[in-house]
Amino acid sequence: MKKFTFNGLIGGILIAILLLSAALGLVWTPFDPMKLSFTARLAAPGADHLLGTDEFGRDVLSRLMVGARASVWIGALTVGFATICGTLIGLVSGYARGWVDGVIMAVNNALLAFPGILLALGLLAVFGANQYGIIFALGIAYTPSMARVVRGAVLSLREREFIEASRVMGNGELYTMVRHILPNCLAPITVLATSMFGWAILSESALSFLGLGVPPPAPTWGNMLAAGRPFVEQAVWLGLFPGLCIALTLLGINLLGDALRDKLDPRMRGLK
Amino acid sequence: MKTDTLLTVRDLSLQVAGTGREVVQSIAFDIAPGEIFGIVGESGSGKTLATRALIALLPPAIRVKGGSVRYKGRDVLAMKDRELRDLRGAEIGVVFQEPMTSLNPSMTIGRQLEEGLILHTKASPEERRARILDMLKRVGIRDPEGALTAYPHEFSGGMRQRIMLASVMLLKPALLIADEPTTALDAVIQRDVMELMVELTRAEGTAVLLISHDLPMVARYTSRIVVMEKGAIVEAGRTENLLEAPQHPYTKKLLSSLPFRGEARAIDMSKAPMVSARNVVVDYAGRRSLFRRGKAKRALQGVSVDIHEGEVVALVGGSGSGKTTLGRTIAGLVKQSGGEIRFQGRSREADWTDYRLNCQMVFQDPYSSLDPRMTILALVEEALRLVPGLDVSAKRKRALETLEEVGLGADYAERYPHELSGGQRQRVAIARAIARRPRFLIADEPVSALDVTVRAQVLDLFSDLQKRYGFSCLFISHDLGVVEQVADRVVVMQDGRIIEEGDRDTIFDSPKEAYTRRLLSAIPALDQNEKGGVTLKWRLEN
Repeated sequence: MKKFTFNGLIGGILIAILLLSAALGLVWTPFDPMKLSFTARLAAPGADHLLGTDEFGRDVLSRLMVGARASVWIGALTVGFATICGTLIGLVSGYARGWVDGVIMAVNNALLAFPGILLALGLLAVFGANQYGIIFALGIAYTPSMARVVRGAVLSLREREFIEASRVMGNGELYTMVRHILPNCLAPITVLATSMFGWAILSESALSFLGLGVPPPAPTWGNMLAAGRPFVEQAVWLGLFPGLCIALTLLGINLLGDALRDKLDPRMRGLK
Repeated sequence: MKTDTLLTVRDLSLQVAGTGREVVQSIAFDIAPGEIFGIVGESGSGKTLATRALIALLPPAIRVKGGSVRYKGRDVLAMKDRELRDLRGAEIGVVFQEPMTSLNPSMTIGRQLEEGLILHTKASPEERRARILDMLKRVGIRDPEGALTAYPHEFSGGMRQRIMLASVMLLKPALLIADEPTTALDAVIQRDVMELMVELTRAEGTAVLLISHDLPMVARYTSRIVVMEKGAIVEAGRTENLLEAPQHPYTKKLLSSLPFRGEARAIDMSKAPMVSARNVVVDYAGRRSLFRRGKAKRALQGVSVDIHEGEVVALVGGSGSGKTTLGRTIAGLVKQSGGEIRFQGRSREADWTDYRLNCQMVFQDPYSSLDPRMTILALVEEALRLVPGLDVSAKRKRALETLEEVGLGADYAERYPHELSGGQRQRVAIARAIARRPRFLIADEPVSALDVTVRAQVLDLFSDLQKRYGFSCLFISHDLGVVEQVADRVVVMQDGRIIEEGDRDTIFDSPKEAYTRRLLSAIPALDQNEKGGVTLKWRLEN
């Protein structure tokens, strides 16, 4: 238990730093993230530009701070979208069973069999490459895995006697689903949602890398990473710092997610 | 006897690594060749750990603190892994409790039985096959040839335990350790498996160490018994002496916790029954494939049963008899394909809400019948959610009162189910069922998962509540001992039919049907003496 809280603390600190700098980026950055400067092109990290500048002389730290906002926003909304849709679909499918389950799962499996990034690419071609297009496309791509996990949990839960006890008490199906089944699915949902947050940030980077993400010059961690690629030999910091940001955020999210799952589970309480 | 012992245990102590807490405290006993020796204790008494130490198969967190285990004069605790592997199986065989998990589900029976022979004997493949077939025949498998290529899931629990026994006895061990070998089985199959075990071990001259919480069962087959409580042996002796003149208070408590016949009560049978099931038929749909539907299985073949006001009717039978299906059908959890269920003279469907408010159920497994994410108070309060005419504070008050009534004070209210013992959980389940003050309660094996002394307490609680509120009850159980204590009337089921019914004393004293006699032969009639001991009398099957 002690190990978990320690990990949770580290995760919490990492996420707090991320959120704070994203929030700070809204009101203040050391330099204007869009301002070009020909005198300071590809400057190494130093006293003037803490994390250096890119090929147009823009300050990397400022751009990372502004980019954090976009990455967090895309990650959170994508996960929220996929979690809500996936949980609803999984609950209905697992609880109703029969032909409803059959149809939902057939569609779901077809979507699952399709590579997520390819699906997102296709959807982006339709909705256009902007922030909300990405959120929508990634959300749809991630929904099937959430639906599957929730359905599996529901299937095993609905055979438990406390579900029957609820029926004997005369509780309706909807009440039983919300009061007894959903709370007991929280552990797998939390675990999957936190790792999904990581996937979403990575996929956004990948899409930006392919030129289908948030269009430049607006910075996201992904397109900064992509833009830094040609300069790896001259200016390693261009790729290094966005990459580090992504990695540390993922680490933080996963640690925090595990700690949250244990915290939410009353069975873990009182264990020493 | 001293010169001729098979296994000698002296001052054996086990502790939890790290904390140093002693889970077994200097126990000592001897087992003679060919003897059947019993260890009796409740969960947490350390009986299983103690026997694991005999074959050096302790869980990683448990260490031997001191003492010795000698098998045929050799020190088991000092043996190297190689010697231990030769000892286990070939010299000392073990049958575990769970027939569902002790056989490997992905290996055929033939391969599993052969494993031990390959490891421990030099028999040729033909010899091995002959020995396996012979042993399968001896343990009563109908088609031994077919069983060789079958997988464990194709057999029932009782059959699996027979196969487990066959796999152990194939190697003709000198000692058989049987840890709760029949606890997961119903009473009749339990007795069959025990008889088989005794017969086989007697024929081979194998000694048996029988470990169980079930004192009468152990007493039936053993010559000597030790009783364990909290890691220590509190009493040891010859079986009859220990039963008839127990010395230690814990032994006396165990004996007085055995179910005794309750007083016969007068039930007013002249009024119309509270609940009445008429010709109930239940079919379970067969397995569906793409093009056809498998044959439906008829679980209940037109069953009628009446339960009068304030009456406790016990529904007994082996597994597969349909007793649980009948209970669940009356509770409305299973749809009947035919017949009618009437409540207070009206069809149940006529006023479903009223029926729901007045018919409640207590389930068998206290570990899965309570939502793990709700507090005890929330669980009981939920039962009152749909009760009309109670506001929030009245509901809370009623829930707390009910918890008090089942012996769980206010300090339990905010706890979660996992923080409670099995007996306490079952009290919560009972509180939840009676909080509505139902007229009718269905209890499906409510005490089967509980320890002997806890079972006695829960049964007492149940009887008290039944007297206070006067609800009618359908009490489903395979354990006739429990039924003898609580029931007014007994209904015996077999293969989805009712084969015999009558008031309790008639059924227990002069059963008519052969199957009822078979059920009864699995439990002893108890005679209590003034010294706190009992005499067990086993009913004959014929």
